[in-house]
Order: sequence, then C-alpha cells, then structure tokens
Amino acid sequence: MADKKKTKKGQGAKSSPVTGKKAGQGVKAQTAKAGKSVPEKAVKSKKTSVDKAPEKALTIRVCVGTGGLAAGSQGVIDAFYRELSARGISAAIEKKCVTKTGCRGFCARDVIVDVILDGEPSTYQYMKADRVPRVVQEHIMGGEPVEEWLAGEDYHNFHFGQTKILLRHCGQIDPEDINAYINVGGYKAAKKALTWKPSEIIEEVKASGLRGRGGGGFLTGLKWEFCKMSKGSPKYIICNADEGGPGAFMDRAIIEGNPHSVIEGLIIGALAISAETGYVFTRAEYTVAVERLKKAIEQARANNFLGKNIFGSNVDFDIEIKHGAGAFVCGESTALMRSIEGKRGMPRPTPPNSVNKGLWNKPTVLNNVETLSNIAAIISRGSEWYASYGNENSRGTKVFALSGKVKNIGLIEVPLGISLKEIIYDIGGGIEKNRKLKAVQTGGPLGGCIPATHIDMPVDFESLTRIGSMMGSGSMVVMDDTTCMVDVARFFMAFTVNETCGKCIPCRVGTKRVHEILTRITEGQGREGDIDLLLEIGTDIKLASLCGLGRSAPNPLISTINFFRDEYEAHIKEGRCPAGVCKALRQYLVDVASCKMCGKCARVCPTGAVVWQTRQKAFIDKSKCVKCGACYDACPFKSII
Amino acid sequence: MSDKKIRITINGLVTHCSAGQTILDAAKQVGVKIPTLCHDDRLEPYGGCRLCVVQVKGVNRPLTACTTPVANNMIVITENEAIHRIRKNMISLLLSNHPNDCMRCEKTGECTLQDLAYKYEVDGTRFAGEKWDLPIREDNPFITFEPNKCILCGRCVRICNEVVMAGTIDITGRGFNSVPDTAFGRPRTLDNCEFCGQCVSTCPTGALTDRKGRGKGRCYEMKKVKTTCAYCGTGCNLYLNVRDEKVVKVTSDYDAIVNKGNLCIKGRYGYDFIHSQDRIKTPLIKKDGKFHEATWDEALNLVANKFKQLIADHGAESVGAFSSARCSNEENYLLQKWVRCAIGSNNVDNCARV
Ligand SMILES: Cc1cc2nc3c(=O)[nH]c(=O)nc-3n(C[C@H](O)[C@H](O)[C@H](O)COP(=O)(O)O)c2cc1C
Ligand code: SF4
Ligand code: SF4
Ligand code: SF4
Ligand code: SF4
Ligand code: SF4
Ligand code: FES
Repeated sequence: MADKKKTKKGQGAKSSPVTGKKAGQGVKAQTAKAGKSVPEKAVKSKKTSVDKAPEKALTIRVCVGTGGLAAGSQGVIDAFYRELSARGISAAIEKKCVTKTGCRGFCARDVIVDVILDGEPSTYQYMKADRVPRVVQEHIMGGEPVEEWLAGEDYHNFHFGQTKILLRHCGQIDPEDINAYINVGGYKAAKKALTWKPSEIIEEVKASGLRGRGGGGFLTGLKWEFCKMSKGSPKYIICNADEGGPGAFMDRAIIEGNPHSVIEGLIIGALAISAETGYVFTRAEYTVAVERLKKAIEQARANNFLGKNIFGSNVDFDIEIKHGAGAFVCGESTALMRSIEGKRGMPRPTPPNSVNKGLWNKPTVLNNVETLSNIAAIISRGSEWYASYGNENSRGTKVFALSGKVKNIGLIEVPLGISLKEIIYDIGGGIEKNRKLKAVQTGGPLGGCIPATHIDMPVDFESLTRIGSMMGSGSMVVMDDTTCMVDVARFFMAFTVNETCGKCIPCRVGTKRVHEILTRITEGQGREGDIDLLLEIGTDIKLASLCGLGRSAPNPLISTINFFRDEYEAHIKEGRCPAGVCKALRQYLVDVASCKMCGKCARVCPTGAVVWQTRQKAFIDKSKCVKCGACYDACPFKSII
Repeated sequence: MSDKKIRITINGLVTHCSAGQTILDAAKQVGVKIPTLCHDDRLEPYGGCRLCVVQVKGVNRPLTACTTPVANNMIVITENEAIHRIRKNMISLLLSNHPNDCMRCEKTGECTLQDLAYKYEVDGTRFAGEKWDLPIREDNPFITFEPNKCILCGRCVRICNEVVMAGTIDITGRGFNSVPDTAFGRPRTLDNCEFCGQCVSTCPTGALTDRKGRGKGRCYEMKKVKTTCAYCGTGCNLYLNVRDEKVVKVTSDYDAIVNKGNLCIKGRYGYDFIHSQDRIKTPLIKKDGKFHEATWDEALNLVANKFKQLIADHGAESVGAFSSARCSNEENYLLQKWVRCAIGSNNVDNCARV
C-alpha cells in the first residue's frame, strides 16, 4: 500500500515541470550561495492533492554552512522535501519543518542532519541525497532511526567537551531569518544598551575581560574607551571579517550561522563610541557569508534595528559591507583601513593608532567578528557571568579550528585556559591512526610549533606568546611523527613570501631568503652555519619588521629550531630526514631488518628497480631507481629509507 | 609649535623638541646622524626601509626614528650591537637582490645604498638567491628606470602622489615582486606624467636617473653652479651641473628656501637652450626689414629715444609696459616703478592671468 503510494506520488513529483526546474536550481545554488530553498513552494503546491497527515511533530535541521553546502546539503534539503511531499507528509507539517542552519563545527562529517521526531533528536552524519529516502521511510515513517548512519560516540564527545557561548545558536537557528534570532533573545542586548550611557557599556565590556579575538588580544572595552575619548568626528566602527589565514574559518562560521550576533555587536560598539557608520570588511571569497550578512542587514533595517532612529531612539547607525581583494595583509588594521579607502593595502607605522587616526584619519574601532559576536551575551548576561569562563588574563571562550592529524576535525569552542591536551585528546579524539603526537601549530601560518612535551600548557594569550607561538586567528594544526619540522617551517615561510606586502625590507627580502635556505636544506643542500644564519635573520625579521605579519612570520622557523634542532642537524649534517618527508633526502635502500618481504614495492616501481622474489627481502638497484618515491609510499612497514 | 617643551636625550645629548617632531628630527637637532633610505623631509613618514631603527629605553623592540614621535624624557641610543647587526642585515638583504654594479652605475658617488654598504662593510654575498632580472626602461625622453636597482623605498611614488600630485606611479605587484611603476606598466608620456623628474631627484639609488645626463660624467667631476631658474617667477633654486664648460644636468638644491629641491619640467629638463646654436646672444636692430646685431648701448639708446619721441608727440599716457610672468617679483616691481616714475604713465600690466 505504502509502496504504491510512494511510486505514484514520486512519479507525480518528478514529472512536475515546476519541481524539476526548482531541483535544478537548488543544485546550482550549492556552489554560488545558499539560495532560497525553493522546493518549499513545491511542497505547498502539493497541499491540495495530499490528504494524509502524520500526527507526529517533526523538525529536520540541515547544515548549510560552506562545509555543508560543499558536501551537498542543498541536495539533501531538496531530497527531504521531495520525499516528504511524495509521502504526503507535507500537508500537516509546519512550513519550516526542514530548516537550514549554520555550521556546527564538525565539517569533516558533513552533511550533518538532525531529525527531531516528537522531541526525540537523532543526528545523522555524512548525509547524502540518496540516503534521504531510507531515512524518511524507516525513521520518519517507521519510527526506527537508521542506526548505521547515525553519528557515533565521538561526535557527541566532540560536542560534549565544548563550552558554547558564541556557537550556541550556530547550527540551531535559521541564519536567514531574523525572527529565529529574536526568538532566542536576539537584539535584547542592543535595546538594553540603548538605555545605558556609553561609559556604562564600556565599563561592562571592560569588566568582562574580553580581549580581541583577531589575534592581538587587546582589551576590547579599553579600545572602545580610547576611541570614545579621542577627539575628532565622525567615528567609525569596523568589523574585521577578512580571515585570511589558511585553516581558520571560525569567523566565516559565525557569520554564516548567526550573522545577527555580529550586527548586534556592532550596534552596541557603535553606541559605546558614538559612531553612526559601521563597516564589515570581509573576504570576497566568502560568498555564502556575504549573502547571509547582506540579508541580515536588510532584515535588521526592515525592523528598524539599523538605519535612522534605531529601535525608535534618536540614534542613527547603519552598516556597509566592504569586500577585500584577497590579500592576507589586509587583515592587518592599518592596511585594512587603507583598503577601505581605496588605496593599496599596505600597513603604515603606528602611532598614530587607529583609535585616534583610523579610517579617513578619523577615530576608528576595529574589532574581529568573534569579538563582536561576544558582546550581546556580555550585555545581556553581565560581565561577571562572562568572566567566570576562562582563566585570569584570558576570559571567556574562544573558537578554534582544529585540523591536521587529529581524529575529529572541525570548529570547537572552549573556555580559554583549557590545556592543549584536553583539546587534542578529549575533543579531538586523539591522533589519527593512533600515531604519536609531535607538535601543535597554533595561531595560523605565522604561529609557532609547540612540541608534544608542552601539551599540558594552558591555551591563553600569554602562555602561547611565551612559548614562541600566538593566539593569532585561532587555528590549530596537529602534527604527528610523520611530519618533518624543517618542511613545516619551509611550508609556512612559503605562505609569508606570497603574502608579504613588500613594503619593508626584512619581511619582503628576509622571508624570501629564509624560504630559500629552508628549501635548500630540505633538498639536501644544507650547509654548516645555516642554522645560526636562520636564527639570526629570523630574529632580525621579527625585530625590524613594520607590521604584525613580518613580526610574526619567523615564529614557525624559530620555534622549530628551538624545539627540533636535531631534525635540522640531521638534514644538514647527515643528509637525512628523520620523518622521511623530504624526498631528496631519501636513500632508497631497503631496511632489511624491518622488510616483511611483501613485495608491494616491487609491484609499484615504474622502472623495475626493485628486485624481489617471493619470500625474499627486496633490494633496490640504484642504477635503475629514479627516486620517484612510489615504493616508499607503498611499503606498509616503512622499510624503505 | 615654537615652544619646545619635550625633553629628549639622544646618545647622552639633551635637546628640546616640540610635539609632532620625530626622533630623527631631534637627532638632527643635536647633530647625530641616523642612516635612512626611505626618508625624505618633504614626504609623509613611511617606515619602509627600517634602517633608521634606534633603541628607546624601556621599549622592548627597536623603533624607527623617522616615524616615532618624541615623548618627554625619552632616552634614545642610535646605535648598539643589535641595531648595528640589524642595519647590516637590512643592507645585506637589499644587496642580495641588487646588481651591485657600482662601476658602471650612473649613481656611483652619490648613491645612499653604496654609501651605507661602505659604512657598514657589507657586500651582496651573505644571502644568495633569486634576483630580479628586469629590463632597463627607456621608454620616454627624460627618465631612465633600472628596476633591478630599485630598493622599493617608495620615495618616487610618494613624491609623485604627495608633492607633485600627479599620481603617475604607484607600487605595483606584491611582496618580493613589488615594483614602482605606472598603471599597466605603460610608458610615461605627457598624458600621464608631468616629467618634473621629482621621482628621479628623490631616488636614493641608481634606479631612476636623468636620461639626458647619463654618461656625461660622474657626480664628482661636475662643477655645481647654484642658480635661479630662468623660466618663471617662482624662482626655484637649482644646481647646474657643469662639466668641460657645458651644462650636462640640473640637480636639486634641497636646502633652498623657495623650493626645497622641488623643480618642474622646465627647470629640471629645459636646459638645452643654453648651448643652442639658435640662441640670440646680442640685441638685434631691424634696418631695411632685416635684423642686424648691435651693442646694448645702441639698442638702449634707440629704445629710449623712441619713448621720448612718443611722449613728446602723444603724451606719457601713450606709453605702457607689459611685463612677463617669467620675471621675478622684484623685476616686475622695478618695471612698474620705472613706467610710473620715469615715463609718467599708469599703463602697467602683466601676462599672468590665472
Ligand atoms: C597580517 C595580519 C593579518 C590579520 N588578519 C586578521 C584577520 O583576518 N581577522 C582579524 O580579525 N584580525 C586580523 N588581524 C588582527 C587585526 O590587525 C586587528 O588586531 C584585529 O582585527 C582587532 O580586533 P580585535 O581587537 O577584536 O581582535 C591581522 C593582523 C595581522 C598583522
Ligand atoms: S612586515 Fe611585511 S606585511 Fe608588514 S609592512 Fe612590512 S612588508 Fe608589509
Ligand atoms: S644603485 Fe648604488 S649601489 Fe646600486 S649599483 Fe648603482 S651605485 Fe651601486
Ligand atoms: S616625472 Fe614627476 S609626474 Fe612623472 S612620475 Fe616622476 S614625479 Fe611623477
Ligand atoms: S625607484 Fe628609486 S625612489 Fe623609487 S622606490 Fe625604487 S629606489 Fe625608491
Ligand atoms: S619654471 Fe619650474 S623650476 Fe623654474 S622656477 Fe618655475 S616652477 Fe621652478
Ligand atoms: S628611514 Fe626610517 S624606515 Fe626608512
């Protein structure tokens, strides 16, 4: 009976020219923007022809963050609509039965879908459109979740270990609907702040201990106070959403998942410093985030939260979006402001600081996305509550992007002061394939590498700087023992060489030369004295550079020399790469002791250089070997050295 | 601004400054020399070359003297071991991407980079690596650009944008491959460039040179004759660079009160007339429809007599004078005085109508 119905309705849906067209659009929207889920209409149009209604309350939440969209969430949404309407469920379900949500952090498992049936939530991971029919059939119709596709224990551990203030609504509410934000208490803080004096707002933010999440860690309340005190008008407030470091995507996730929290933060900041214009400087590549932000700003204007006489007060405030042109250095405050002014994005020396002479030479506050998105919660719930998270000098929570050789990759929010160990093992689930942890690189491409021996250290601004790294953007790259630290330093230096603006000598030429020397070492051309030369020039780049980029760029270099000097020496003096990463340093010899005679190397060698017979150890004929590395990768026992 | 209330100690010497002055200004005041490459008094502080770093007591990193404002009771050391090392390394890094070809270079002898390499005893061998290999650009009559010698101090760009306000050039490209250039690398033409040569005059290296003067002699072979530009009433001061009794180049006089080293296309490049064959060197008197060379006495007598004749026949009001904007204020003043007092007429005018 059910089968018959399914076929019938299914055909009906397919043959409908409307549905067919809409589905096509949905697919296209995946890559461009989180387009409107048009099938909603398709569901409605079926209303009349469908009579059967399920009695159960049903909500399906589908992640449409960039990670989710890339994994095909629009297709999943379309499939749900198709399947539900085909089964006649659409008649009674509320319009918003399938909701779109922002990123909830565990992008590696995308598409993540919550099916909440009668208040009973189940979370599916790795959802695909073709899995939807079975979920609808067995779970929604039959009441039995599809066990094998459900997220397992590690998914819950990943979330259990976290403390969510910023991300609490990300992945829960529809980011494209201002009412969803208002329903969870949104914009109450802005209204409250309107009844306060600017100095009261500043005092509250100061008391919370909130420090800038853009990397510098400057006290946000104090920055606002300096700007407020500064003579000159008009004043500006800018949200830094340039997030250019590879591996960092927390700001994107916040804007995609909860754009109104950023707008509310900007409103409150503007009230504190008496600014009437705000800017959001964002990467043009963040298409989904920009679209959502645009929508959110329009909705806020429609509600009179932005524009003239906001919230019916006598205060005006509006926000404009500015697109970056793809330069990492434009995340730096002075370069960012020059870029908004239409000039070449190059930092300028300070003083004067931006709070005195910023955008168009007027007093300006620049705050990071995450910083601003904390503000509403601080105003609503009080500084004392906020300061109860974190440790003495680093209050509150911070979002980190956990990546590398860790089992659970994704965005996490934890109280500052938590140890690296808790992050990697409790939330991250430990190292992939249970290998040995070697180091963690924090703070983005300009951060230092922290060795496994320091894994108990607290993650806060001061501790990270002290050990030669930094908070930076908040990315964390976990490295295991298959990582070569010289190669890591070379890799990150290559990033700086590409991103330096070229203004000052140490950063423009210095990083180039450091990169060349590191490349030489990884290619087996290291020389006596290279380490000292690298340390000397690295130190001078740090000391002499104009802006934060050059001043931090040597961190990966200096920290790896400090903690892994033996690896540098092995490369230079012994011509050996202990991790076996640097191809030029491989000797292409078979380690007879560990060779298990499997012959995999012989099978992959393209030149027939590997001599092997059943139950015999392999041997490499040097005269035929072209050092392609195929045998090295194929050997399951790491017996090729 | 005149009240110098800020007390600052530089290398043990005490001096007083006013707000807004930089450490570099203060050092000049007490005669302490700090090396600079990207600084030019006429331009906004830039902080690009990092050569002027100094140690300020209580600050944990060196600060650039050219951009750091003085503060009361600041104690500054302009050179110590770390600063010396940094300067050496900065110059080494520059020379690692430089032709190091002083023997053939137009700028030799007046090149700041060359002087600093000499002073800090560095050559281009410490850091080997990729070097620019860009062609020399001689795509216009006045300016030669050798990009390989550019150290990216940005002075040309800034003088063109901040002082000349022509906006002809900017830094293009990014990072190691940044280079000052026109939009889309097109040649400088009168459509996009004033040809004032200001960029050339501020360039601390041989990257930008005056094309007409190239190969005409070393700077130390030139007799530098200070004079005033003959073209307009601004009266810019300049140096005629004379070699073998010929003017081969014009350079700036940075200390000139009138123009602080700034010149326009006429003053800097319009000197060809000096040795022109067509130049008129004596007064000419027209007889029978033809000009004949004459002495100054003959010419002046002739003119004076004609004026007298005119006044006698038609009255003083029939004579007037029309002066030139190329004359100085003093010359214009003298002319009107002469018309009023000697001739007795009020008919005085000038071509300057802006
Ligand atoms: C090279 C460089 C890149 C930066 N990129 C960013 C960025 O992408 N986003 C950001 O918020 N801050 C970035 N910053 C930090 C900003 O300069 C600035 O300190 C910050 O936006 C201030 O906001 P906060 O006080 O809320 O942290 C960068 C700094 C440097 C030196
Ligand atoms: S440190 Fe690097 S990025 Fe910063 S101004 Fe200097 S060259 Fe540009
Ligand atoms: S620019 Fe200066 S340092 Fe370079 S070759 Fe010419 S004289 Fe020598
Ligand atoms: S000659 Fe003058 S206008 Fe032309 S580029 Fe140089 S400074 Fe600018
Ligand atoms: S051309 Fe000369 S003035 Fe211009 S940036 Fe290069 S070195 Fe400086
Ligand atoms: S013509 Fe040009 S250089 Fe000569 S005085 Fe006038 S402005 Fe100065
Ligand atoms: S002269 Fe000060 S940085 Fe160049």
